[in-house]
Amino acid sequence: MSVSFWAWLVLLFPLLGSIGIALGYRALPRKAAGMIGTAAIGLAFACGVAALISLLGEDPEARHHASSLWDYASVAGLDIKLGIYLDQLSLFMVLVVTGVSTLIHLYSYGYMQSDEGYHRFFSYLNFFVFSMLLLVLAGNFVLLIVGWAFVGFASYALISFWYRRETATRAGMKAFVINVVGDIGLVLAAFLIFRELGSFDYGTVFAKAPEVFSTNQWSVTAICLLLLVGAFAKSAQLPLHTWLPDAMEGPTPVSSLIHAATMVTAGVYLIARTHILFVLAPTAADIAAFVGLATLLVAATIALVMTDLKRAIAYSTMSQIGYMVVGVSIGAYSAGMFHLMTHAFFKALLFMAAGSIIAAMANEQNIDKMSGFGKAMRFTSITMLCGGLALAAFPLTSGFFSKDEILAYAGARGGMYIVFTVLGYFGAFLTAIYTFRLIFRVLPGKPCPEAQELIDTGHVHHAHPFNPATGEEEDTDVGFPGAEHHIAEQSAPMRVAMAVLAFLALVGGLIQVPGVDDVIANWLDPVFADSPLTAIHPSVEWSWIGLGIGAVISLAGIWAAHWLYIANPERPRALEARLQGVHDFLFRKWYFDEAIDFLVVRPALAIGRFANRVFERLVVDGLVTGTEETVRGTSGVIRAVQNGFVRSYALLLIAGFAGLALYFLLSSS
Amino acid sequence: MNITWYIVLSSLLFATGVLGILLRRSPMVILLCLELMLNAGNLALVAFSRMVGNEQGQVFAVIVMVIAACEVVVGLGLIVAIFRRRLPLNVDDLRELRG
Repeated sequence: MSVSFWAWLVLLFPLLGSIGIALGYRALPRKAAGMIGTAAIGLAFACGVAALISLLGEDPEARHHASSLWDYASVAGLDIKLGIYLDQLSLFMVLVVTGVSTLIHLYSYGYMQSDEGYHRFFSYLNFFVFSMLLLVLAGNFVLLIVGWAFVGFASYALISFWYRRETATRAGMKAFVINVVGDIGLVLAAFLIFRELGSFDYGTVFAKAPEVFSTNQWSVTAICLLLLVGAFAKSAQLPLHTWLPDAMEGPTPVSSLIHAATMVTAGVYLIARTHILFVLAPTAADIAAFVGLATLLVAATIALVMTDLKRAIAYSTMSQIGYMVVGVSIGAYSAGMFHLMTHAFFKALLFMAAGSIIAAMANEQNIDKMSGFGKAMRFTSITMLCGGLALAAFPLTSGFFSKDEILAYAGARGGMYIVFTVLGYFGAFLTAIYTFRLIFRVLPGKPCPEAQELIDTGHVHHAHPFNPATGEEEDTDVGFPGAEHHIAEQSAPMRVAMAVLAFLALVGGLIQVPGVDDVIANWLDPVFADSPLTAIHPSVEWSWIGLGIGAVISLAGIWAAHWLYIANPERPRALEARLQGVHDFLFRKWYFDEAIDFLVVRPALAIGRFANRVFERLVVDGLVTGTEETVRGTSGVIRAVQNGFVRSYALLLIAGFAGLALYFLLSSS
Repeated sequence: MNITWYIVLSSLLFATGVLGILLRRSPMVILLCLELMLNAGNLALVAFSRMVGNEQGQVFAVIVMVIAACEVVVGLGLIVAIFRRRLPLNVDDLRELRG
């Protein structure tokens, strides 16, 4: 079995799962749909492992395979194949995506049990994973765009999964529109690449780029900036990030899937995949890195004040993606991908724990109303703590090693890149605070009524059919989460998924420890060998000094959170009151939504209104009505002739012939 | 014999046919008048053929007769159909297809 064969199978299983569940939803019992969905992704993961094993048997330099099934589009001068490209980078992504997605499917199997749209959910979920795998495995830019757009659609479908909720449909539309902005950037970048290099194929493009482009030539910079528009929209970087927090309207496993394993990492993957272009356009790479840094800090500050449990975690995701974007933009490719992997573990886990708590709260997401879940839900709180420790980069957890590796590289590169190290550590401090703010407010303390009910009776609080966010009444027939809720404590599949992820979140970082082992870097390095930036290595001593600083900062952040939220629960409120302006500014998310509304949405609406009032009414209506009136008038005349009297037809006929005969007679004489 | 007389006769027959079609309302008579027009044409064809001295005109006349026979078949068929459905045998009353 060749490597490509396994890669095609990776794509095939999720697609089959999605179509199979969608077509068989009447025949399949609920459990079967969930099992098929989970098994499809599990098989894809197994095929990914098989591909890994056969790649390991090859020479590290030769570990890339292109394979194509048939021509996708073949016209003059353009030859696009339905082809995949498998190398260490794409296989790495395949393993992370399928691995984490399998666990999320397993979790959903229990979590969504009482949902009306169980089949639909698994069909969408499989399609989502398929799209992401297509994006990752694509062998040319056209197929990349196809996967890219599929992911956008799948996220739309899943965010608006409870489609009778107005908030959910709005959030879905917002995500879709912003993603389309990114798609346009990506498509334009592909056009430019084709114009300059005459091919869409990865192999050709990356081989020709260094010969054709000189450093910082305008065309390559333009290509990179357009690629960045795509990457920023998908990866929720400033200023195209506003869809991500709103995407929390979807079911929690969706948040887990979008924010951990798939979708948001697509931008990071894109930058890593096209790193040769970014090496040729250092300006664009620096812009990417600074946007990543800005996102990292802005999102972390917003996460400090969010009262919505899932939204706070969503902002944390943005912030962590900021680290990855910084990493792959400044040249710390394998470190960025390493952080992508560890982040997938602990963020998926955090969302799962949050989902479990939200289920116990009957869909209420406001942390002001939560407390005391540590006693009520022991398993959930332990796993949440594991995820939180990894996110806060607690020493020896996975996030600790991966985050610091990016910052150590920035330090080793020196010059202005020191800024990234310094502000990155500041971001890490904020990360530790906001992570433990969530944990300290939700887990300890006097149990809230829902938690008390769980302790006393062992029953989960059941929801009334009202949307807790808006009070809107829910349609209980379609798109309804169901009155019954499922928590990890009472569902074995959910527990298994969370336990595996908790284990990985704690120890997943040990595969790459400075001076000890370098699994990820060794694996990925041949892909990035053509970038001169990989020559920079932080020395082992500096790496450990960096890790030491990281440990201190993480502990300081956790201590600060403790000081704020545990030692004296009145302190945050006092602080809020004293810094009212700052708090409002952060709570309104730096007014990004308002700014976009003012700068983009309102002008667009105004143009639309103008077009409707003036252009549509006068020009278009005039043209349409004018044509209609002309046709009506002419046909009226012709209708008068068709009076139904055979004899008058005969008269017309004869008169016509007589006229013609007369004409010819006169003109011939 | 001068050809003029033949042409005059043919024209008179043709004009009779035209007037019959334009003025009469019975489909039967209209059909007869059509025949009259066709035969007026035939007469002219045969006359010209004699004048020119070859048989082409006569061949055309035979073809016209065939066509006339076909037309009569269709026309009479229509009339029988109209009669059977108890519709009025008056072309002015059969005007459902007006625009």
